[in-house]
Amino acid sequence: MANGILVFIEHADGKINRASYEAVRAAQLIGAQTGQEVSAIIFGEGIGDLVAEVAAKKIKTVYTVENKWLRSYTADGYTHALRQIIEQLQPALVLMTHTYEVRDFAPKLAASLKRALLGDNISYKIEEGNLIFARQIFQGKLAADVVPVGDAPHFVSFQIGSFRGDECETGQAEVKALTVNLDADVIRQHPEERFKEARAAVDLTQASLIVSVGRGIKEQKNIEIVKKLADALGAELSASRPICDNEWLPMDRQIGSSGQTVAPKLYLAVGISGAIQHLVGMKGSRTIVAINKDPEAPIFEIADYGIVGDLFEIVPALTAEAEKLKQ
Amino acid sequence: MKIIVCLKQVPKNDSILRINEQGNWIQDRDLTYEINESDAYGLEAALQLKEKHGGEVIALSLGPPRVQTVIKEALARGADRGLHLEDTVFDGLDAFGIASVIAAAAKAEGFDLLLTGLQSDDYGFAQTGVIAAELLGLPHATIVMDVESKEGTIRVKRELESGFFQWVSMPAPAVLTIQSGINTLRYATLKGIMAAKKKEIKKLDAAAVGVDQASLAPKMAFRRVYLPQKSKQTQFIEGTPAEIASKLMDKLKNEARVF
Ligand SMILES: Cc1cc2nc3c(=O)[nH]c(=O)nc-3n(C[C@H](O)[C@H](O)[C@H](O)COP(=O)(O)OP(=O)(O)OC[C@H]3O[C@@H](n4cnc5c(N)ncnc54)[C@H](O)[C@@H]3O)c2cc1C
Ligand SMILES: Nc1ncnc2c1ncn2[C@@H]1O[C@H](COP(=O)(O)O)[C@@H](O)[C@H]1O
Repeated sequence: MANGILVFIEHADGKINRASYEAVRAAQLIGAQTGQEVSAIIFGEGIGDLVAEVAAKKIKTVYTVENKWLRSYTADGYTHALRQIIEQLQPALVLMTHTYEVRDFAPKLAASLKRALLGDNISYKIEEGNLIFARQIFQGKLAADVVPVGDAPHFVSFQIGSFRGDECETGQAEVKALTVNLDADVIRQHPEERFKEARAAVDLTQASLIVSVGRGIKEQKNIEIVKKLADALGAELSASRPICDNEWLPMDRQIGSSGQTVAPKLYLAVGISGAIQHLVGMKGSRTIVAINKDPEAPIFEIADYGIVGDLFEIVPALTAEAEKLKQ
Repeated sequence: MKIIVCLKQVPKNDSILRINEQGNWIQDRDLTYEINESDAYGLEAALQLKEKHGGEVIALSLGPPRVQTVIKEALARGADRGLHLEDTVFDGLDAFGIASVIAAAAKAEGFDLLLTGLQSDDYGFAQTGVIAAELLGLPHATIVMDVESKEGTIRVKRELESGFFQWVSMPAPAVLTIQSGINTLRYATLKGIMAAKKKEIKKLDAAAVGVDQASLAPKMAFRRVYLPQKSKQTQFIEGTPAEIASKLMDKLKNEARVF
């Protein structure tokens, strides 16, 4: 019988990915409510310190695999290893945080066992003994409750930020070493060193006022309208990803999961819908203002002040007001 | 190089979405549709690889008759032919089911590269390509920002978190999921639109694809669709643009104290 919750722990450069503790926290909460034991799996090469760090959480067993083929991440290596572990341990639920790494291998892992991955959830609830997960659809414009269909193991990942990793209960886990069979043949991806592109020319993390522009601006020449507002406020100008993809503003002005993370005193979002990959880069801002013509735009879920209307009317009026204020 | 590129047709980005009567999906009547954003970049990547290495680009879409529009758009931009996977048993499939059908059709066709977008704008599973790779027994890479091909080896630049990137090589055939923004999209020319009229779109139903019915059995289900809950109490500011501007500035100054 499948039983227990197994949490996948991710690491890079000798450090546990903090986001993995969010999945540990989710597992502790679900485990307490459903009476299931929580265990964790971490693998790599020379990871003793990392194992000790995870074992200090309230977890029954931390399973560890030391194997040279798991020294650096590959989708093939991780999938093969985890599948063998899951076959040995027979967990009912495998929990992960929906990082880029998990996105890369977890659908393959679940599919190799003919299961679905319920990916990128933001919460869970228990109804009549059944676990139900909630996730965003249509880029956050709607939400959906989803359930696995069929036998365990079930695979579930949670969106980053859905649980508080720093609220993990502490404890003393037992540590058990497991082995897996891997060799060069099964690992077809050959990763090179990770690198960063040339350093960003602008450091938006230090800005105290930011005006940010999204696809609602429609055309490159219209960026000027928003730039004028930024200038009038003495704010930095930033953007959502599509604006930078189109090269309407340079890459180093992109805010979000693949851009910069900022927490200014004021973040004024103009024509930005509020997809999660954008929100993660700015939701720590002290005051958030959103201008959007769509009253249901997800950006309003986190805005302190909302203006529903046409940015082409609102922004020039704001610029005029800001200039008045300056004098 | 033979490249199959998956194109999903999704409701236009600024669609007003209404929940259906059963409360388990949206009302899909009266919507207008477009090519899923990252898929458009996948198509462009395929066309650029073909220009460099020669070969063929096949545009694949699964869905009801209306999805022929995205196939035709791809043909007008330069794809050589289309594959339209259409069958009522394909309605409402989950990612595993969609990937099973795509994998079966792609296998029968044969290819060097199978490209998908990294994520659909409606379901947002971010899984279809990766599952298809597993079902086909092929290597894959996700969130791809650049593709090189040399003597049977595919080398791709992957986007990682916190501004990191990584090049990864693997043998072809392979499956790649393409990130938006990796290239500059081209638009269909009048000449392209005329040429597209002569290009073939092959229609395949479940039997023709030869997909195993068992793989279409749902492995997950949407129970309920609803409007998201708000986490903050938003103050909405109303009035004429000038009124809004002066009220907002006043609040930012005296209430939020940002200036
Ligand atoms: C792996 C991954 C990483 C990503 N990384 C990032 C990232 O780092 N940063 C990022 O931003 N995105 C990122 N994205 C993309 C993200 O999912 C969204 O696609 C993107 O943020 C949408 O940008 P947007 O809000 O400008 O555009 P849209 O979603 O198109 O929104 C435009 C908004 O403008 C409004 N609008 C239109 N006209 C007007 C008008 N006249 N007046 C007022 N409002 C108007 C519309 O109502 C709409 O809400 C990533 C996606 C993935 C899958
Ligand atoms: N019905 C479909 N037809 C063609 N391609 C699809 C379909 N569904 C998904 N895909 C492809 O798979 C990618 C990822 O989709 P998803 O797993 O739903 O996020 C999309 O960007 C498409 O390239």
